[in-house]
Amino acid sequence: MARRYLPIAAFAGLIVAIQLATLFSGTAYYLTQLTMTAYYSLVIVGLCMLIGYAGQISLGHAGFFAIGGYVTAFLTTCNLNLHPGVIVSLLGKSGALVARPDAYGGSLLTVHPWLACAAAILLTVVIAYLVGGPVLKLKGHYLAMATLGFGIIVYRMVLGTEFLGAADGITDVPGFPLLPGVLITGNSSARVSNYYLAWGLVILGMVLLLNLIHSRVGRALAAVHGAEDAAGAMGIPTARYKLNTFVLSAVFAALAGVLLTHYNGGIGPSEASVMKSVRYVAIVAIGGMANLWGALSMSLVLNYLSLRGYFGTYDDAVFGLILILIMLFAPDGLLRRHLFSDLKRAISRNPVEEEAP
Amino acid sequence: MTLLSIRGVSKRFGGLQAVNDLSFDVATGSIKALIGPNGAGKTTIFNLISGFLPPDSGEIVFGGAEIHGMSSCQVATRGMVRTFQHIRLFPKMTVLENIMVGRHVHSRAGFLAGMLNLPFTWGEERRIREKSFEIMELLGIVAHAGTEAISLAYGQQRVVEIGRALACEPKLLLLDEPAAGLNMRETNEMGGLISRIRDMGVTVLLVEHDMSLVMKISDEVVVVSYGEKIAEDRPLSIQKNREVIRVYLGDDA
Repeated sequence: MARRYLPIAAFAGLIVAIQLATLFSGTAYYLTQLTMTAYYSLVIVGLCMLIGYAGQISLGHAGFFAIGGYVTAFLTTCNLNLHPGVIVSLLGKSGALVARPDAYGGSLLTVHPWLACAAAILLTVVIAYLVGGPVLKLKGHYLAMATLGFGIIVYRMVLGTEFLGAADGITDVPGFPLLPGVLITGNSSARVSNYYLAWGLVILGMVLLLNLIHSRVGRALAAVHGAEDAAGAMGIPTARYKLNTFVLSAVFAALAGVLLTHYNGGIGPSEASVMKSVRYVAIVAIGGMANLWGALSMSLVLNYLSLRGYFGTYDDAVFGLILILIMLFAPDGLLRRHLFSDLKRAISRNPVEEEAP
Repeated sequence: MTLLSIRGVSKRFGGLQAVNDLSFDVATGSIKALIGPNGAGKTTIFNLISGFLPPDSGEIVFGGAEIHGMSSCQVATRGMVRTFQHIRLFPKMTVLENIMVGRHVHSRAGFLAGMLNLPFTWGEERRIREKSFEIMELLGIVAHAGTEAISLAYGQQRVVEIGRALACEPKLLLLDEPAAGLNMRETNEMGGLISRIRDMGVTVLLVEHDMSLVMKISDEVVVVSYGEKIAEDRPLSIQKNREVIRVYLGDDA
């Protein structure tokens, strides 16, 4: 138990240390990118669960991220004053709508972010089940191609849909009043609280996933990953377990999409692009596939560097290159359990003798 | 009492009639062996019984219920578990973890309970562990509990695979060539183990090539050739059966 939660405490300490460092060095503006990094990290750890532990690849997770982000962006910006009707008045009476002034002094009536978030997650669950059901029957690169196709469909749809803002995306998305007094927003006045809120959610997600890995279901997933037919012969419903994990990781991605959209105040079609999906897979790969902590730490570093613009115009290329290099030279990932012993063996001249008991 | 009943089962792969109108019963509490020359269709029969393949025709009745057409997972849930001719242990998992997976059908923590680490799962996990250690003690592999299962010697991997199956507490255990790749001492030990499993109340159906093992431990033997049953009897009678001798040794023998 302690082995599971000690790293969590250490990671929380790191998050605090980073904030204090930006405070004392007067670089609090870094926290904005670090907060965005946190939300992307939610996608990464969810995807790591799917790829590393359930053994299923997905090159379409940017699609789920975009579904979450676009649903909430649309519902919280679409002015229902322009669409009066029975449903709208019913929603208004039940307190599901919020009125606020728009940028031009007019009045805006939109769906409450909590309801929008719930709708986004619900839609994601439905789509993930519909897509995952048939697609997860495929294996290896067939599965990769099918999920890639799903990602492309989502991308082309948001790009070509007028009411989703087409190439411009949706802007003026309001903050998300998560709890009374706690607003997810990109305002610089709420920078520190949002930083802690975002990483707090990542830590919560990590706790849930680490628990899952060490549970009966986690063992069953490892079994499915290792020898699917034998797992089935032990009474594990392999197809259902793979599908549930797929949906779970899709929900992580969609939730990240919802929250980051409220934080950024908008979303654009680039969030749904295939290169985003490739980036997520690359980070999971370099993190060591079946290594939640590896994926999270790599996500922290690489997403932050990318968001700060360190990779310049080569941003997408860097992640493509990472994926190629990892697949070529370290298909088990860079950060993994036996890294040091493998390195030692590679350096020592008698690998076989070392192995002997 | 009949635990498993195969009734007129057939399976065809393209132009090959792998199993043809096969019928036999397995009595509760017995050890039954399925033998036959290479390519006789023994493993196909195993796959049909354990839900890995659907039969083209015929019925398979297990514990009073028709199970043909069910998936291997459903069959396992009903109390029939198999091992594999080529050992299929879970890689990157310890011996203990492999055996713990065998407790899957006897525990119930799902995704939500697992993620939230709900209190009821703690007791369940503890019981899974205790039962797994019980099985490892029975098989004499407790010392390897923390070892990665696939790094063990071949013979021990087989024992672990049987342990994993026993963790399911099956009514019927299907063993696909349990002595394949074992030396003589290990084969003898395997025979003793299978007899002990039967004495625990688990019915055993095995495919095996090692005739001394089959003759020593089996209560009954079914002989198949080209997918058809040619004999079914007690081991001593099978050894004298002319048809069996002809199939194994050729016409001139």
